[in-house]
Amino acid sequence: MTTQHVIHVKGLEKSYKELRVLRGVDFSVVRGSIFALLGSNGAGKTTAVKILSTLLKPDAGSAAVNGFDVATQPADVRESISLTGQFAAVDEILTGRENLMLVARLRRLKNPGEIADDLLRRFSLTEAGARRVATYSGGMRRRLDIAMSLIGDPPVIFLDEPTTGLDPQARIEVWQAVRELAANGTTVLLTTQYLDEAEQLADRIAILHQGRIIVNGTLEELKQLLPPAKVEYIEKQPTLEEIFLSLVSDHGKHRVKDPR
Amino acid sequence: MSTHFFGDTTALLGRSLRHISRSPDTIITTTIMPIAFMLMFVYVFGGAINTGSGSYVNYLLPGILLITIASGISYTAFRLFTDLKGGIFERFQSMPISRSSVLWAHVLTSLVANLISLVVVVLVALLMGFRTPAGVAAWLGVAAILLLFTLALTWVAVIPGLTAKTVDGASAFSYPLIFLPFVSSAFVPTDTMPGPLRLFAENQPVTSIVNAIRALFTQQPVGVDLWIALAWCVAILLAAYAFAMNIYRRKIS
Repeated sequence: MTTQHVIHVKGLEKSYKELRVLRGVDFSVVRGSIFALLGSNGAGKTTAVKILSTLLKPDAGSAAVNGFDVATQPADVRESISLTGQFAAVDEILTGRENLMLVARLRRLKNPGEIADDLLRRFSLTEAGARRVATYSGGMRRRLDIAMSLIGDPPVIFLDEPTTGLDPQARIEVWQAVRELAANGTTVLLTTQYLDEAEQLADRIAILHQGRIIVNGTLEELKQLLPPAKVEYIEKQPTLEEIFLSLVSDHGKHRVKDPR
Repeated sequence: MSTHFFGDTTALLGRSLRHISRSPDTIITTTIMPIAFMLMFVYVFGGAINTGSGSYVNYLLPGILLITIASGISYTAFRLFTDLKGGIFERFQSMPISRSSVLWAHVLTSLVANLISLVVVVLVALLMGFRTPAGVAAWLGVAAILLLFTLALTWVAVIPGLTAKTVDGASAFSYPLIFLPFVSSAFVPTDTMPGPLRLFAENQPVTSIVNAIRALFTQQPVGVDLWIALAWCVAILLAAYAFAMNIYRRKIS
């Protein structure tokens, strides 16, 4: 294991009774990069993330995060990571600001109020900060969830399906937040079932299928696995997403004409 | 126990106390049933019940206080269950915090919430004519017994909170606890009950706890009842704590 690799997974196996979810998973993640674990539902992505964040113990194999073994040094691993799980782990009864302050207190930071206000600003939640989270939209909840994970600047962040269930605008906001994280040197491991999400964000993509990593490489490397590109002339139609986004964008830069 | 235990528990306690202050309905729903029982038994049945002593509300209040606690602790199971289902439990578990503080914060919150409920029920009892010659020391004694009983039952409530599959399952366990006082000396003297029932009533925890509190309120010597009551509370507390912690450890490992 080189010091460059901040996450190192070798021969990871995990079964739930008869069901073999992970059957020998190996991968490494370079410091400061975005690594996407791509797979369909039930491929074992969440199980892998839970093992790396010390919530589950593997049956076999080893995993190290930031130089600490997840099985023997779980407390050190927890100091190095933040987990944003599949379901927004926010307190509905507290306000957004109180949620952030709670995490700052639990991480024993000074000035939890200042930290909370700063993150509310960064995630465009300042106006909603004093409202109870129960009143937030799905996208706001997800942004708050990710903001809570940034407190204390952990070197490694796990995002388990961060955009599942979000509308296209909220997705783009989350993507922007993830890119900023990596730009500041944080290592991000994200799981996703959306191909375009991996394509948009990840420096490296690993495809998890039936409990094994079947492919691992950069987007360019993955493209080479398929038949060589053919040159075809196709009329470029806007995708429905592009149409939707241009119609609802606040700035009205790409205002389209009413077809009627 | 980690060195962060107290700081982490305080931070998490602040969180769940906010839950109570923002949903005071949990206090109302906790107190509504014991108050209804108290009204019904004092004004409907009370006239026909011969307890051999003065006012029936004086006789009844200790048992009503135990019912209040039995009804209040189901919220601990409910809050714990909600945390587990919502994902915030996993967030806490993946953070560098003392792991038992997650449970202790809920337990301490239960003590505060039940204390408020008990005060509400005592105030209603005072309006209904409850009177006691008890001084500060006797009141403190009553408070200490009730607090210990709440602590013991709250740890019992942690068990379904951690293991329940549905939200109904998480709170349904408290119904038998609420009805346990009916087969005790809480509502009527046990000596009118038929043999086996009387044997059960006289040897179950509620009777000794009720008798001890009643003795403190009426300024009688508490006698052996106090020690039996304390032994029951401590035994339930230790057993429930060990069982709950065992489940918790298996859950988080």
